[in-house]
Amino acid sequence: MMMTKPAFPAAALSTTVPRHLSARRQNYWDWRAAGNFIGGGTGGSLLFFTAWVAQGSGAFIALALIALAVMAVGLTCVWLEIGRPWRALNVFRHSTSWMTREAAVATLLFAVTLPILFFANAALFWISGLLGLLFVYSQARILTADKGIPAWRHPRCVPLMLSTGLCEGAGLLALLAPWLAPAAGNWLPPLLTGLIVARVLLWREYLDGLRQAGIPRGALDVLQALDRPFVVVGHAVPVALLLVSWLDAAAALRPLLTALAGFCALTAGWAIKYNLVRRASWNQGFALPHQPVRGRKTATMAPTAGRNDAASL
Amino acid sequence: MTRYAMTIDLRRCVGCQTCTAACKNANATPPGVQWRRVLDLESGEFPDVRRSFMPVACMHCDEPPCENVCPTTATKKRADGLVTIDYDLCIGCANCIMACPYEARSIAHEAHFAYGDKPIASEAVRFDPGRLAVATKCSFCKERIDLAATTGQVPGRDPEVTPVCVNSCMSGAMKFGDLDDPQSVVSRFLAETRQFRIHEELGTGPGVYYIWDAP
Repeated sequence: MMMTKPAFPAAALSTTVPRHLSARRQNYWDWRAAGNFIGGGTGGSLLFFTAWVAQGSGAFIALALIALAVMAVGLTCVWLEIGRPWRALNVFRHSTSWMTREAAVATLLFAVTLPILFFANAALFWISGLLGLLFVYSQARILTADKGIPAWRHPRCVPLMLSTGLCEGAGLLALLAPWLAPAAGNWLPPLLTGLIVARVLLWREYLDGLRQAGIPRGALDVLQALDRPFVVVGHAVPVALLLVSWLDAAAALRPLLTALAGFCALTAGWAIKYNLVRRASWNQGFALPHQPVRGRKTATMAPTAGRNDAASL
Repeated sequence: MTRYAMTIDLRRCVGCQTCTAACKNANATPPGVQWRRVLDLESGEFPDVRRSFMPVACMHCDEPPCENVCPTTATKKRADGLVTIDYDLCIGCANCIMACPYEARSIAHEAHFAYGDKPIASEAVRFDPGRLAVATKCSFCKERIDLAATTGQVPGRDPEVTPVCVNSCMSGAMKFGDLDDPQSVVSRFLAETRQFRIHEELGTGPGVYYIWDAP
């Protein structure tokens, strides 16, 4: 039986193939890396707020110790992840790398904050708090410097990481305030509300930015699936709790409601960081912007195998 | 100045993976680690379909993002364009792997051999514990290129000082040479063809050019 050969005119064939060929999720940074961003963001911003609200008071020592402990847990996580942990001091060798800067800021931060626990000094309080903030910023810049991961390198990742770090720190402070900083009970709810609102706006901006940038489907799917629970649990619920706490009828419950709101803001921030670092960390794969044109004039005759000199062109 | 670069003629590549095998053989990379590989790409929908082959490895970028993020200075860009890793400095943090848009880097945390837990004779001879738990990648066969300084040979022209993948390419799709030398094989070839580089929009300035058409 005679088969009719279909005609496929070369000009009609597509000349490009999609972006993100063979895009896949990276498998080198796991929960330990996520733990570093979680601990660093929460601890660094808690230290910032601690310097703000509790300097000179006895609560500073407790809050600062908690902040340092949270950061230390994060740094330990990343230390456990690196392949050659006993060479960790090499991390200080490249001053323009944000990972080096993160390590340097952490060292300074511990060096400045630990003495304050014994010798109170107003200037050091502020330096300690600012270093906490700088640590959060350094971590955000680590992500955006990683050009291989489209969800991280987007410029809107930095404000998102900063805002969620601040939310987490304020959230943890709200959680601890009834015991350690009751004086913060008056201004903490509006501050937390403002930070939560800022975070949700920046989150949505970030998501829109990723859609516009056309990041790999797998990464976008992870983040879009997270959108609703993140917005509801991490933002709508805590804002509702904070608004209720301002009702006269709920005045007695205000510390509890604020603490609950802080818990929501804190855990939602951890969830988004874990998912961003671990599950949305798809690389972009490859791109073939032009199909090779075969079947007509090529350069010349094939070269001799093993020799690629000009004569073979 | 010298700027070593590679051209890969996608019109000639037949996806034989000989370059992959040659690279593994020359560099003794363990199972699961490929400094070079050939992507087998299908595109379009029936009946408008195409199959293309794209060899990929480290692009030895002009502005390597891996170098920028490396906290230890283990990753460096040499004056001749090669991006190298100092295994004695690397801490295996994998930040460079996150930064590389070309999936060129790997970390093998444990020793793996082709057949079970024990290395075969050839693996035992070439096993390098210094390459465990640190980042590794294509080096453009820098030992061979560096040899040119003592022998007076020309990388890209003389096989002894040319990357093994280029030597092994049976279709002549891969070429290597100095972009700053207008008479080099790659400079002349680029002048005669149409080419692209992968993910140029990221500003990395890849040192590997993919030829897709005549002018």
